[in-house]
Amino acid sequence: MTATLIWILVALLAIGLYLSWTAGRLDRLHARIDAARAALDAQLLRRASVAQELATSGVLDPAASIVLYEAAHAARQAEEEQREVAESELSQALRAVFGEAQQVEAVREVPGGEAATGELTEAVRRVPMARRFHNDAVGAARRLREHRKVRWFRLAGHAPFPMAFEMDDEPPAALADRVAQQP
Amino acid sequence: MRIGIVCPYSWDVPGGVQFHIRDLAEYFIRLGHEVSVLAPADDDTPLPPYVVSAGRAVPVPYNGSVARLNFGFLSAARVRRWLHDGEFDVVHIHEPTSPSLGLLTCWAASGPIVATFHTSNPRSRAMIAAYSILQAALEKISARIAVSEYARRTLVEHLGGDAVVIPNGVDVDFFARAKPKAEWQGDTIGFIGRIDEPRKGLPVLMKALPRILAERPQARLLVAGRGDEEEAVESLPAELRSRVQFLGMVSDEDKARFLRSVDLYVAPNTGGESFGIILVEAMSAGAPVLASDLDAFAQVLDQGAAGELFANEDSDALAEAALRLLADPERRAELRERGSAHVRRFDWSTVGADILSVYETVTAGAAAVAAAEDERGPGLRARLGLARD
Repeated sequence: MTATLIWILVALLAIGLYLSWTAGRLDRLHARIDAARAALDAQLLRRASVAQELATSGVLDPAASIVLYEAAHAARQAEEEQREVAESELSQALRAVFGEAQQVEAVREVPGGEAATGELTEAVRRVPMARRFHNDAVGAARRLREHRKVRWFRLAGHAPFPMAFEMDDEPPAALADRVAQQP
Repeated sequence: MRIGIVCPYSWDVPGGVQFHIRDLAEYFIRLGHEVSVLAPADDDTPLPPYVVSAGRAVPVPYNGSVARLNFGFLSAARVRRWLHDGEFDVVHIHEPTSPSLGLLTCWAASGPIVATFHTSNPRSRAMIAAYSILQAALEKISARIAVSEYARRTLVEHLGGDAVVIPNGVDVDFFARAKPKAEWQGDTIGFIGRIDEPRKGLPVLMKALPRILAERPQARLLVAGRGDEEEAVESLPAELRSRVQFLGMVSDEDKARFLRSVDLYVAPNTGGESFGIILVEAMSAGAPVLASDLDAFAQVLDQGAAGELFANEDSDALAEAALRLLADPERRAELRERGSAHVRRFDWSTVGADILSVYETVTAGAAAVAAAEDERGPGLRARLGLARD
């Protein structure tokens, strides 16, 4: 009788420890998503800022300036639900403006243009990186959250179900092709 | 930035991953970062100042060959101490799925962790059995890097999640500046790799050799690499054996000169390659490359634009392509030129900057790396309401 009771207690304790460990794992994943999301936001904002700067600097022709300014402005002002679309449109605008290597060269030649293109190149490269890391964390958290033990025992608490950030982040060809940029 | 790099394989034994880590660490040190590499090493091997030994690796059979790995209580304690003392901003683990230091670090660390997946092994039985343990450790990795699109695909299939592709780096100028050696020039075919490892493909090349020599008797095959030379030429008719010259293990300098000198570099590997650094080195030195059409090789060679491909394990196709190239100096010059331009993207200046971008992306807005226990203590106390502050 006592032995059975002890065994039941041991089993309950083991289950409790396992659930606590799983909750800890989930907590860590949520923290990772938060950090990844903050990093993605920072990169997106940086990209929009550089694009806006270039659009208002007068180094581009007026038509390109307007297109780029419009897209960068929309990306910065977008509401959360519109964000993915606005950022994708900025990617498209950047591809349209910096599609040709000559355009990039022209920007580099003006004073300060070298630094601006450098920043833009870095930004368009880091956005896909940050997005991939974010979505990777989201995927890992979702896989764990869909598990029975997490659903039955509500281990995720009130944390919202993580969503991937989907957008078109293809960089402009002339900026992505780093070989062409080698001095 | 304070960077901690974990090497899973013994520092005493030369290998692709070890060289990659050495070059990466030295690149970051040149840029003024603080770097510490944790690697298995015998206590009496001389180590560069930035390498910390994690103790001797134990040879155990793993994944079809004998691997020298570190595990157990002592190694785990050393990993923990290294993490604690290092106070790193980011920890970069190489090959986190091998049951060695990488996995131990994953277990012990918390904070920004970057991991590079070098091999693209098909999922092993052990990995399926240990899946849930592995998954819990791999979940801590904030950023995954795959060395090729092919490696990324296998990673996604087997472990889920995603990774960015950053190729392995090469010091392109080191190879481009090497001086050719006259005795290695003139209708020479080069091969570098372990002689006795069939997957490096020397047997395929040996089978193709009689046909090549029948048409071009003046051609020579130069082989650099360890292994039993007698056994390697066994399949060759006795009168042709003199056309094969074995150079044994070569130094880095000689390797560069070798690649600068040969008229054609052949990589007949039959499988198990996830990147193909030797092709990048050959192209850096301006050697025209002929390689088997493995996924990884095709990608490094830009789908055949920067070097020629032949059907894997088909020695007739190899002989045909080699003969065509040896007879066509113009085509070889074209390949040299294209290869040299293509290879710039693998230079450390590009690759290192990309890896640094990854570090900066994951450290933005995150705390430094800690040994997990440092955190667990106060965390638990805080949860129980016992924290002092």
